[in-house]
Amino acid sequence: MSWPAPLEEMRHRDRVFPHLRPKAKVDVSKNVLLYVEGVSVSFDGFKALNNLNLYINEGELRCLIGANGAGKTTMMDVITGKTPCDEGTVYFGQSIDLLKRSEPEIAQLGIGRKFQKPTVFEAQSVFANLELALKASKGIWYSLRASLSGPQRDRIDEILALINLSEAREQLAGSLSHGQKQWLEIGMLLVSDPRLLFLDEPVAGMTAQETERTAELLNTLAGDHTVVVVEHDMEFVRSIARTVTVLHQGSVLAEGTMDEVQNHPEVIEVYLGSDE
Amino acid sequence: MTESRSMLRLSGREGTLFIGVLFAVTVLASLANLVIPEDSFLHVSTYTITLLGKYLCYALLALSVDVIWGYCGILSLGHGAFFALGGYGMGMYLMRQIGDRGVYGNPELPDFMVFLNWQELPWYWYGFDNFGFAMLMALLVPGVLAFVFGWLAFRSRVTGVYLSIMTQALTYALMLAFFRNEMGFGGNNGLTDFKDLLGFDLQADGTRVALFMATALCLGGAFLASRYIMGSRLGRVILSIRDGESRARFLGYRTELFKVWLFVYSALLAAVAGILYVPQVGIINPGEFSPLNSIEVVVWVAVGGRGTLYGAVIGALLVNYAKTRFTAILPEGWLFALGALFVYVTLLLPHGIAGWFTRRFASKSVKEAAA
Repeated sequence: MSWPAPLEEMRHRDRVFPHLRPKAKVDVSKNVLLYVEGVSVSFDGFKALNNLNLYINEGELRCLIGANGAGKTTMMDVITGKTPCDEGTVYFGQSIDLLKRSEPEIAQLGIGRKFQKPTVFEAQSVFANLELALKASKGIWYSLRASLSGPQRDRIDEILALINLSEAREQLAGSLSHGQKQWLEIGMLLVSDPRLLFLDEPVAGMTAQETERTAELLNTLAGDHTVVVVEHDMEFVRSIARTVTVLHQGSVLAEGTMDEVQNHPEVIEVYLGSDE
Repeated sequence: MTESRSMLRLSGREGTLFIGVLFAVTVLASLANLVIPEDSFLHVSTYTITLLGKYLCYALLALSVDVIWGYCGILSLGHGAFFALGGYGMGMYLMRQIGDRGVYGNPELPDFMVFLNWQELPWYWYGFDNFGFAMLMALLVPGVLAFVFGWLAFRSRVTGVYLSIMTQALTYALMLAFFRNEMGFGGNNGLTDFKDLLGFDLQADGTRVALFMATALCLGGAFLASRYIMGSRLGRVILSIRDGESRARFLGYRTELFKVWLFVYSALLAAVAGILYVPQVGIINPGEFSPLNSIEVVVWVAVGGRGTLYGAVIGALLVNYAKTRFTAILPEGWLFALGALFVYVTLLLPHGIAGWFTRRFASKSVKEAAA
């Protein structure tokens, strides 16, 4: 007698039910948190990513630069589950295959993402925005009965202080300035305590002072968190970057320190040369 | 800084006020009908009681649309379908209660089946002589339909106008199906000529008042339950799905499950409204599935102000009162008036009547605080 696959699993009483097995831990024994290997994505024949290889180390602060259309955002879309890829593999740690998971599952694994355009829930208060992002169960029944515990409240207060929005906690997120929204979105990522953070142009639209503060913030984050920043602002990249990866036409063109990259002949030709 | 806080407090206070008014009106109207003699000035006629009951059913339907549209941004133009399915469930039970008192006197078959020369009851009519079973089906069928529809639509990430059109198509398809005599639901005449409910005569004053009170009770209960949901973290997740679904997804919320859940909840409220509506108006026919009906509900919610719950109720009551008066004075003009009202509200009162009140109230209290 054959059983449907899920029931077939349950029938074996000598084994642990698949849904009761402990959640997969992120295996970083090789000190690499994210493996992107041979990834290609094409849209209507246009190759947005072309055999891209990228390795992000645990605790690293990595900057990604590249001209428009170099594939930076598409790469984030693939890693965070938004865009399916045609070929290649993406692993979180050594054992978790990200390509098989949906956006919410990937988010729950601890991969946070800030969009290029700041996206916060404008009709809700700053505090509520952070509450929604808390690291907690994201189920329907849990949400219906959820209330904030003391430590969770403290955590939100701590983040509010970090992103300089303590004063604005009851204000609607829609009434914040552009730069404050950027920070709130970063705060929403931080409050969920992610392993890996993707920030798409975090300082776009910020004043010089705000940019400086953001650089400071990101520098303090590295170590505890792994941070990947996509940015056009070269001054900003220089102020935070340890390792810079240059993307060009969907694959990696160069990788190294800022100085190495800036003196790389091909990079000068295709990117910096035309830019400056 | 206190703006959002005071808004929240206001909506809580207005909600309590709403429950109080609903309760008071229900009790007073019921007493005025049953206790005060008919020739007294204060007597409320049974006709008025039934009319009020009907309005409250519409209010519950409007509430169900507000839950899904006002809070989650899903514009359903097909909620009339869930309302009508609930109504048909109740209608089938009432049909079976007629027994041999029908025109043809057949104890087993409803009149329209005898008329169509049917020999036996179709299988899907089995069990509908049992009130509990009938009510279960009247909730289960719309609930399952909403679940299947929602599951398919939200999982495929259909949103916006496309979803609205699909809900419209859903109710239109059901209307065409129910118009067919072969379906076994009475064709275009629908189900009517009901006699009694749980043994009580539907024409009796007492039954009418009881139905009216039951409707008020369900509306109050639905209001409180919805307010609890929207005040919880679940409600905030639903709001965030409305305002930034992909952000919510990247925070780890499986937004399609939340949407399906809310859609089913809303469909059940609509079904309850339909269940209560049918014994009070005494008929259910495929016209209830007509797309126009569902669009009208959206107009009620827009007029009352979406995303406030009580706004939807106010909108439903006002527009339906206007409709009753208008269709008596100038029947052809009603649709034009409705259209004009929708345009007026969209352009000049984007937050509806509730929003207008809240704003006036808030600015006044701010002034008072400043003085």
